[in-house]
Amino acid sequence: MPEPLLEVRDLKVSFHTEDGLVRAVSGVSFTLSEGETLGIVGESGCGKSVTMMSVMRLIIDPNARFEGEVLYKGVDLMKLSQDEMREIRGRGIAMIFQDPMTSLTPVYRVGWQIAEQIRAHERVSRQAAHSRAIELLSAVGIPHAKERVNDYPHQFSGGMRQRVMIAMAVSCNPDLLIADEPTTALDVTIQAQILNLIRKLKDDFGSAVVLITHDMGVVADIADRVAVMYAGRIVEQGEKRELFYDAQHPYTWGLLGSIARLDRPKPRRLTTIRGMPPSLINLPPGCAFGDRCPHRFDRCRELPELTDKLGNGHLDACHLGPEQKKDLREVTIHPELTPGPP
Amino acid sequence: MSTPLDGGALVRAEHVKKYFPIRKGILQREVGRVHAVDDVSLEVRTGETLGLVGESGCGKSTLARCIARLHDLTSGSVSFEGRDISRLSRRALRPVRRELQVVFQDPYGSLNPRKRLGTIIADPLRIHHYGDRAQIKSRVRELLELVGLSPEHVNRYPHEFSGGQRQRIGVARALALHPKLIIADEPVSALDVSIRAQVINLLDNLQDDLSLTYIFIAHDLGVVRHVSDRIAVMYLGKIVEISPAQELYQHPIHPYTEALLSAVPIPDPDLSERREQIVLEGDVPSPVAPPPGCRFHPRCRYATEICSQQEPPLVAYGSEGHLAACHHPLNTMRAPAADPA
Repeated sequence: MPEPLLEVRDLKVSFHTEDGLVRAVSGVSFTLSEGETLGIVGESGCGKSVTMMSVMRLIIDPNARFEGEVLYKGVDLMKLSQDEMREIRGRGIAMIFQDPMTSLTPVYRVGWQIAEQIRAHERVSRQAAHSRAIELLSAVGIPHAKERVNDYPHQFSGGMRQRVMIAMAVSCNPDLLIADEPTTALDVTIQAQILNLIRKLKDDFGSAVVLITHDMGVVADIADRVAVMYAGRIVEQGEKRELFYDAQHPYTWGLLGSIARLDRPKPRRLTTIRGMPPSLINLPPGCAFGDRCPHRFDRCRELPELTDKLGNGHLDACHLGPEQKKDLREVTIHPELTPGPP
Repeated sequence: MSTPLDGGALVRAEHVKKYFPIRKGILQREVGRVHAVDDVSLEVRTGETLGLVGESGCGKSTLARCIARLHDLTSGSVSFEGRDISRLSRRALRPVRRELQVVFQDPYGSLNPRKRLGTIIADPLRIHHYGDRAQIKSRVRELLELVGLSPEHVNRYPHEFSGGQRQRIGVARALALHPKLIIADEPVSALDVSIRAQVINLLDNLQDDLSLTYIFIAHDLGVVRHVSDRIAVMYLGKIVEISPAQELYQHPIHPYTEALLSAVPIPDPDLSERREQIVLEGDVPSPVAPPPGCRFHPRCRYATEICSQQEPPLVAYGSEGHLAACHHPLNTMRAPAADPA
């Protein structure tokens, strides 16, 4: 196996707050090879965004504490100064944010905003940067790019703004593109357009992609590998097909069960995960999912390690044995999927 | 979910139009109009759930608000239990409001942050003179239990609750006066997947227990299929297709419905790879100046000349109550009754 493009080793991020220490990320490790797409799935507050923001070193909160290593092409990003980091952002790693409404500056023309980034990383003339901006805008599918380049963000629709964000992110041919919920604010038809665009850019530029989302459907569509996060840890990680067809963690089962799916007969009631995600202050010892897990047993008082129990690179953090899981999985995901009335 | 009671129409909307004026200049002259809802007719039968789907800006929320008379209509009429409510005064409307309640999308914005939970739920009871203090208090407790919250929470403020719990509070408030119709405007869009399923199941159970009628607005087609008996698809202020839920998903007639369905990501890698995805080009056109003819024609892959000239009427296909407005209907051998060709 070639050297990974990005390797995160035991990353821990915590925030000192008035209420106590919030352990947003408690020991996340993963690797990403060149050209690979990793999907990170989880609910709000599970630490998926904080993990990737930490990789980008974008968290500048003085109350934040970081531990662990983030190796990008062998260099530990956690040890770099902000000036050195600036060299990597944009050219090495670029990021697209969830909210295209607030991540563009309303007072500058979009062309200017794209050109600014190009000129920060390359010695090119204003003119050249401007024409690159036009090329990029048409590459991401904005019609009449030549005229639109002089428009302000408010003159674009949500989907268009996300395209502008993507144009900006790929302007310096990054090796790694981090997309944080890029389609959550968009309609399904526009979401399909944006996902196609990300796929096309990935093929054209050969970038690796980390896609953060809460939508299992989006992951199934675009990722190569998937990591499921819960309460600051990765609880399951594996190849996409392994994860969808041979899910190992009860939380993943719960996620798969609670989706109202179009490709299956309609169940009378959706499967739910009871309760709510735990507070990240004073996380109980043991498995964080324990309180909501329908299969909890004595050993769950110990914290389960994320290990490869199947021997095929499919990791999970659950004390249940693979055989037990086989029996429990289907009844947990579809407890009532018996042939009912159509 | 519920078996539709063979009752008549609880709500009937006829030729509802809602235009919002655009004013400009010192004199605030009207320079244009947003055609938010443009000539929509539909009925909601007692005991059923009607799903309303469409992209942002298609007018689905505006239509629901017109039905609840939160907006005044530009023209057309809405009748509730056979009585025209579209011209009633605020005072005359009040008894109707008991019967017809709304659950809003944003569980953060729709609860007054300065009021305690008990007050929030008791307010509609007080306004409508439900009873004396003790009666109101016991009704509040009853409602909290009904939606799965603990009655001990009455003295807490909204910020002490999570998104899912707040949405339950919104549901409890809507149910306070024993309404017949609940309009749920994207009630689960702001919630996480696992919490979303809990709230959907709650709404399902309440419908069965209290024989409620729902108008359920959502842009998530999976959720809409799960809860609805019938579904209306809206595009740029018009209903383009309306059909029993299962039928709509199996045999969509309107190309827009087809595209909308194919754009929903499927959480199954193999299926997702195999199926053909129709990606619509461009954005929804502006409702200020909607395209002539069929409003979908600039983005439609089947569009021909007639589509840009003549507006297709909403006609029935089969006897199952499946209606669509298209010159080139899919999945049907039958020629539309009013084909202008």
